[in-house]
Amino acid sequence: MRDLGIDILFKGVNFQRLLEGLWVSMRISLISVAISIVLGLLIGALMTLKNPVIKVITRIYLEIVRIMPQLVLLFIVFFGTTRVLGINIDAEYASIIVFSFWGTAEMGDLVRSALISIPRHQYESAAALGMNRLQTFQKIILPQTLRRLIPNSINLITRMIKTTSLVMMIGVVEVLKVGQQIIEANRTTDPNGAFVVYGAVFVLYFIACWPISMLARYLEKRWN
Amino acid sequence: MSIDTMISYLPLYWKALILTLRIGWMGIVLGIALGLVVALIQHFKIPVLRQIAVVYIELIRNTPLLVQLFFLYYALPRLGLKIDAEACGVLGLSLHGGAYMAEVFRSGLDGVPAIQAQSALALGMTRGQAIRKVILPQAISTSVPAFVANIIFLLKETSVFSAISLMDLMFTAKDLIGLYYTTIECLVLLVIFYLLMLLPVSIIGSIVERKVRYAGFGD
Repeated sequence: MRDLGIDILFKGVNFQRLLEGLWVSMRISLISVAISIVLGLLIGALMTLKNPVIKVITRIYLEIVRIMPQLVLLFIVFFGTTRVLGINIDAEYASIIVFSFWGTAEMGDLVRSALISIPRHQYESAAALGMNRLQTFQKIILPQTLRRLIPNSINLITRMIKTTSLVMMIGVVEVLKVGQQIIEANRTTDPNGAFVVYGAVFVLYFIACWPISMLARYLEKRWN
Repeated sequence: MSIDTMISYLPLYWKALILTLRIGWMGIVLGIALGLVVALIQHFKIPVLRQIAVVYIELIRNTPLLVQLFFLYYALPRLGLKIDAEACGVLGLSLHGGAYMAEVFRSGLDGVPAIQAQSALALGMTRGQAIRKVILPQAISTSVPAFVANIIFLLKETSVFSAISLMDLMFTAKDLIGLYYTTIECLVLLVIFYLLMLLPVSIIGSIVERKVRYAGFGD
């Protein structure tokens, strides 16, 4: 494999740097997912309320997130806030803000649809059995909601990890950017480095996301 | 914020929008075609091709479009396959879209009860006719919501084209910010143009969704 120049990956600390880059992506997505799940549960519960004001606001919020590319949101938060508010947000924080904003909407929508998909007779049967509201929620509604919710929210994690590749465009040094740097640093000695390094980045992303997707699919099959 | 500056940028943004739409629609149409083929392969369990289809779907769905584009644009030329940026964008988007659309169509196809195909065959239709006239229309109608969501998703994904030096909306905005430091104007225009591109799709999509909701068959 010398012709392909696979040794560029293991020269010096190159591979370690790629893994560190991957960790940056994972860190951003895991923190954002954690925030999104907490806020998403709240927003999702709010969305099931009948209050028209809340309905309109959450609807607009969802539509914004649905229509605007995440990269545009990243640009707005990273470049826009600096210009308008004069504060300098670290690129990594800007990413976490944007991904949480996006993830909260997605998670909220998942929570809402899981909550409204519980048929009315479940509540009524629980009441008929003499359960109080807390018991109904705890023993009847929550387990069913979670079953519908968990596979989809696990999928959200993989989407989040994949989307973190965008943060290189606002200057976060994550795995793709590290790959670019390695290729550039070795341009003279390893002109064909691009193939191996981008191939490695591709594989690293796959290794990070695939098991999570499989877990989501397994849970979905098992619970439905 | 200066309106004059924004007006003077309009032609540049307009050009970028046209480029994004051209690449976007070509990529999406090819992606839909590819997705349909892959879904049919999976649904009818065609040997060998079916295993290839699974590997393809898993590889694409578990890696970001940006990494795929980098691979196509920067890595493949090293093997002697040189593709220009625009063709690369179309290829990348259609490969990406194909995998996502395949999943949509496959769940649509799997959702059509087996009795429908059996009845069509019993009525004397050929296999081809049964697929074209009975199975596909039903599969397509149940997969419309996911289909619309995917089109919007793919159009949004076009925003990463700037990374392979295509002069799309993101590229134009970043370029102008860098050149003239007119951050606000550029970002506002960016949002307006993305709305211009995606809002009609979103609205038409929800109208179509509402229409086909009643187009249930059988029971």
